[in-house]
Amino acid sequence: MTVAALPVRAPIRPRKTGVAGRVLIGIWILIGVGLMAALASSVDPDRLGRFGPLLLTGFIVTVKLVVTAIILGAIISLPIAAGRLSQNRLIGALAYAYSYFFRGTPLIAQTFLVYYGAGQFALQLRAIGLWWFFRDAYDCAIFAFALNTAAYQAEILAGAIRSVPRGQREAARALGLHRFVIMRRVVLPQALIVALRPYGNEVVLMIKASAIASIITVLDLMGETRYVFSQTYDLSFYLWAAIFYLVLVEGLRRLWNRFERRLTRHLVRAA
Amino acid sequence: MGDWLGLLSFGPHGWGDELAAGAAVTIGLAVATLPVGLTIGFFVALGKQSPDRLIRLSAEIYTTIFRGLPELLTLFLVYYGAQYGFSAIAQLILGHPVEINAFLAGMVALGLVLSSYASETILSAFRAIPRGQYEGAYAIGLSRGRTMRLVILPQLVRLALPGLSNLWLNLMKDTALVSVITLNDLLRMTTVAVGTTKQPFFFYGVACLIYLALSVLSSIGIWRIDAWASRGVER
Repeated sequence: MTVAALPVRAPIRPRKTGVAGRVLIGIWILIGVGLMAALASSVDPDRLGRFGPLLLTGFIVTVKLVVTAIILGAIISLPIAAGRLSQNRLIGALAYAYSYFFRGTPLIAQTFLVYYGAGQFALQLRAIGLWWFFRDAYDCAIFAFALNTAAYQAEILAGAIRSVPRGQREAARALGLHRFVIMRRVVLPQALIVALRPYGNEVVLMIKASAIASIITVLDLMGETRYVFSQTYDLSFYLWAAIFYLVLVEGLRRLWNRFERRLTRHLVRAA
Repeated sequence: MGDWLGLLSFGPHGWGDELAAGAAVTIGLAVATLPVGLTIGFFVALGKQSPDRLIRLSAEIYTTIFRGLPELLTLFLVYYGAQYGFSAIAQLILGHPVEINAFLAGMVALGLVLSSYASETILSAFRAIPRGQYEGAYAIGLSRGRTMRLVILPQLVRLALPGLSNLWLNLMKDTALVSVITLNDLLRMTTVAVGTTKQPFFFYGVACLIYLALSVLSSIGIWRIDAWASRGVER
């Protein structure tokens, strides 16, 4: 094998671990041990037995909330992505306005707009039979989160479809394939590979953002934690919640990396 | 319609001045957090490309934690954690507990989040700078510090700018979370207005539009900075 034009890299100076590194890692170890000790010393079997299960139910609510919002958002994002790619100026502008609004304002403000804003129209909503939905904080959170993530997902999808080279589509058309077949068999398989990583990031961002639901009284992981804290003034429950979130996010990130590596293994060039 | 304009007027009967004051706090918090987050992010990025693997590991732990936690939880941990810690210390020294400043707590929490994201952006910008730039600078006798300041940093700014501008827009939106720990930012002032007027849809809608306007203004600013940062580059 000839390796001709590889740029010559200066060798990285081999350095063993120094003082600075030891101090830094020492600080982390100290913090870690300190937190562990704080958690261990505050473990009161009675309290943990009473409030621990609450955190678990909260965790399940968080997962349900995120999964529902992501799936609904994916469905809503399809027409918006189509709008973003549309040749029609008006449709394009509408889709852009939607995506700009939801990406340019804080999710917490959007959630308030839906949850408290719906209260202002209680009479009208009751008249059209939708009040049962907007009366419930959990439903409102799902509604706001789905609309929000739809904007991000639409941008991801539209960007990925745009990244597929023109020639792919032209060649498929030259073969006489139908528009839908071109989309399904030629464009989407290539676009979704590109979209894989941003989609993973979006799921992680949604998990983190879902904590906002706790502010409108949804008892997700964050909500249960806040409730327990208000009952016990025990800060360690926030630490438990932090561990839950970190394990969830980090686990998902690693799983997604593996998944991506597996799906793109035909694209990896042999070194 | 006239009703609504009246609600937004400045003065004792309108909420225009309250919302403006809230918006000023929002902007102030974001502006105060930015340099803190970027500076820490820069050093964490340096740590991530250190030859010392313990420094690299420390930097990775930092980003994993603060990128993985919900911003709201980081905020609560900092706010209540500081209250808990400082009160204990103040009790010992002053004999009475102290109130933790919500602005400062927000700044620290948002700074932690911003710096962990910024370190990734800055790291990839570092990686985009060819090695020859360092070698050339050393060859003409520049010290390590001057190489960084005169040769690498100007290029780093240009390369990291697109990523950093996204982080700025996110930061501005994240400041809204601080309303939960009773800082009188735009969102909290809006909530106060809603409490009195019972017009939630209208006021939260207005708040969203103000945030949107801040985003648009930022985009214009970023566009100008980008033009300045790439002044030496052929397009």
